[in-house]
Amino acid sequence: MAVPPEGHSRANLAPLQLHVPEPKFRPGDAVDFASVEVPPAGAQRRPDTAAPADSFHELAYTLVRVLDEEGRAVGPWDPKLSPDRLRRMLRHMVLLRAFDERMFRAQRQGKTSFYMKALGEEAVAVAAAHALDYEDMCFPSYRQQGLLIARDWPLVDMMNQIYSNSADRLGGKQLPIMYSAKEAGFFSISGNLTTQYPQAVGWAMASAAKGDTRIAAVWCGEGSTAEGDFHSACTFAAVYRAPVVMNVVNNQWAISSFSGFAGAEATTFAARAIGYGIAGLRVDGNDALAVYAATQWAAERARTNQGATLIEHFTYRTEGHSTSDDPTQYRSAGEPTAWPLGDPIRRLKDHLIALGEWDEKRHADQDREVAEEVRAAQKAAEANGILGHGLHQPLDSLFDGVFEEMPWHLREQRQQMLDEEQASGRPWARK
Amino acid sequence: MSDLINQTAPETGETTRMNMIQAINSAMDVVMARDPDVVVMGEDVGYFGGVFRATAGLQKKYGKTRVFDTPITECGIIGVAVGMGAYGLRPVPEIQFADYIYPALDQLVSEAARLRYRSAGEFTAPITVRSPFGGGIFGGQTHSQSPEGIFTHVSGIKTVIPATPYDAKGLLIAAIEDNDPVLFFEPKRIYNGPFNGHWDRPAENWSKHPGGEVPTGYYKIPLGKAATVRAGEAVTILCYGTMVHVCAAVVADMGVDAEIIDLRTLIPLDIEAIEASVKKTGRCMIVHEATRTAGFGAELSALVQERCFYHLEAPIARVTGFDTPYPHSLEWAYFPGPVRIGQALKNLLKDA
Repeated sequence: MAVPPEGHSRANLAPLQLHVPEPKFRPGDAVDFASVEVPPAGAQRRPDTAAPADSFHELAYTLVRVLDEEGRAVGPWDPKLSPDRLRRMLRHMVLLRAFDERMFRAQRQGKTSFYMKALGEEAVAVAAAHALDYEDMCFPSYRQQGLLIARDWPLVDMMNQIYSNSADRLGGKQLPIMYSAKEAGFFSISGNLTTQYPQAVGWAMASAAKGDTRIAAVWCGEGSTAEGDFHSACTFAAVYRAPVVMNVVNNQWAISSFSGFAGAEATTFAARAIGYGIAGLRVDGNDALAVYAATQWAAERARTNQGATLIEHFTYRTEGHSTSDDPTQYRSAGEPTAWPLGDPIRRLKDHLIALGEWDEKRHADQDREVAEEVRAAQKAAEANGILGHGLHQPLDSLFDGVFEEMPWHLREQRQQMLDEEQASGRPWARK
Repeated sequence: MSDLINQTAPETGETTRMNMIQAINSAMDVVMARDPDVVVMGEDVGYFGGVFRATAGLQKKYGKTRVFDTPITECGIIGVAVGMGAYGLRPVPEIQFADYIYPALDQLVSEAARLRYRSAGEFTAPITVRSPFGGGIFGGQTHSQSPEGIFTHVSGIKTVIPATPYDAKGLLIAAIEDNDPVLFFEPKRIYNGPFNGHWDRPAENWSKHPGGEVPTGYYKIPLGKAATVRAGEAVTILCYGTMVHVCAAVVADMGVDAEIIDLRTLIPLDIEAIEASVKKTGRCMIVHEATRTAGFGAELSALVQERCFYHLEAPIARVTGFDTPYPHSLEWAYFPGPVRIGQALKNLLKDA
């Protein structure tokens, strides 16, 4: 039997302490984000896209920013976009916000079971979609509906899915907002967290193995970087120099858990890249031009076989996680307005106005047009039905898609279900 | 549901009305007060008190080192719980939805379930994994599954599923105090009230159900003991969780003299109660919401056939969810509701 060494007494040692992170502000607290370091726009260098990943580690610990307080685009990361491109990005962000607002309300009105907004994070998905090629493959999490909007995917189609109605391309099989749109380079969303990360790496590896020119892009939240899948993905991406842009949307909150529960007290999420030996950038996620520039830079690296880039988009989740939680229960109501990086739509709008390419009247007119566009889309989608009101899919479609060809046991169960329908008096027809 | 008997009238001490969430919360509260080694952990369980409010108030009462939020990694949550258990604590990790338990499969199957066996008892994993499961809430594919059959197939894990607030509290206390790993699946459709399977009728709450009367203090319901929800002579119905209430409603509607057995614990299974009942009635129907093929119903069917074959007067009937992912809009076509159960029951009794 092992015995403790002589003269060694544990009684003299100080007791250990368990550190459990605590966010700075809880409900009722006054909010002061002074501790959030916001470096000036334009201050960060832009390495050559062929530079080795270990030659710009400092970019994982700062914020790449382009738009300054006066709405000017400054510094080496300015992507120098045309006014047309800027206006299109702005319109997509405005459209995304209007779409979210409308669908959130539809859920509250009982027209569907679930919704998730991207309020305050519109730049993250919209600007990235503009910087990627349309043919590049996106592996989104559940808060990147902006990719579809920016790829001009029909709003009615998205709403049909949200309502699980008769025109839902997914046949009512999937939870609202878990879109799939292969034509738009938009991978089927899973409700499970970060499963898409290694999948995106695998897609990118396949593209490289085949000598293709398309790259992959993937998104997850900061909270879900804790999942093992994130780390598996980083390892594979590093090992095979996969042509993939890996985005971590750090919106500070994972339902009620602040980013400290994913490790933000100790380091940044972009810095995860350093340990894996891949390129890491930390970006002002409320600055559409910074998101665009970072994505374009990372895409260029991927396309020239320099491998993967991990981009942390530093932003703020202005709304709750979903329609299922009330953020005032766990964080200060003052946080959204105090967030130091501002509103991404206002910042891009101010930039366009500063350029002399936009004005308040055009913006207000656009708000009205967009609201009308969303309203019309909603009307069209609701003509195809809303969740829970009637039977929108043929009952036996329940069994389609489990396998390519239906085995006997499913055929048998399908018949059983149809017999049940006969016997049930069709209760769904009564609602 | 007035014909429910033996919904375990509370034994002693003060009682109050609770829904299942409150009962589960009370179980953890009572055990934490008695045993300083019990810790509660999981996503959103701390300050927020859990997305279903099951841990509300516990962090405030017992502090952050005993009730804490975790990073979003189910594999990590269970692995850390195993390690804390190895130290000597009694962790009660929550997996927010059973649909999200799969990343933890290795830690559960290869580690927690085998630690006692492979270390000759030097180390054990006295953990109780709480996880809401089951559908009927329009949760779609990722908030509706019933994965209990995956775990009952693994040697070394106990699987417990309550059907009333009273049972939930007594079983959870017993699970936490058990020295083996326990999966405690909570049927979230009946958190707020029993469910008769008629989704188009008004929802009930627990205020009128005998199982909603719950002792405020400490009590245990032993693992491995089924409850006879309704005594009867015509047929034995084996069920658990939400299905206990759906079956009871069907039986009441049809006026069948069925014996309804709420298994409460799948592993270890109360085989004596099952055997005695089936030998008495000569007929057996097995009901679960989980998919059919290789589900726990298959095991039950095999056991009944092995032990009661010469007493059976009709083939054993299985009523289950279909072998598809849980659909969103066609949820009620998937759910084994009153029509499916009623038809099976009629068929089972046709020669009686």
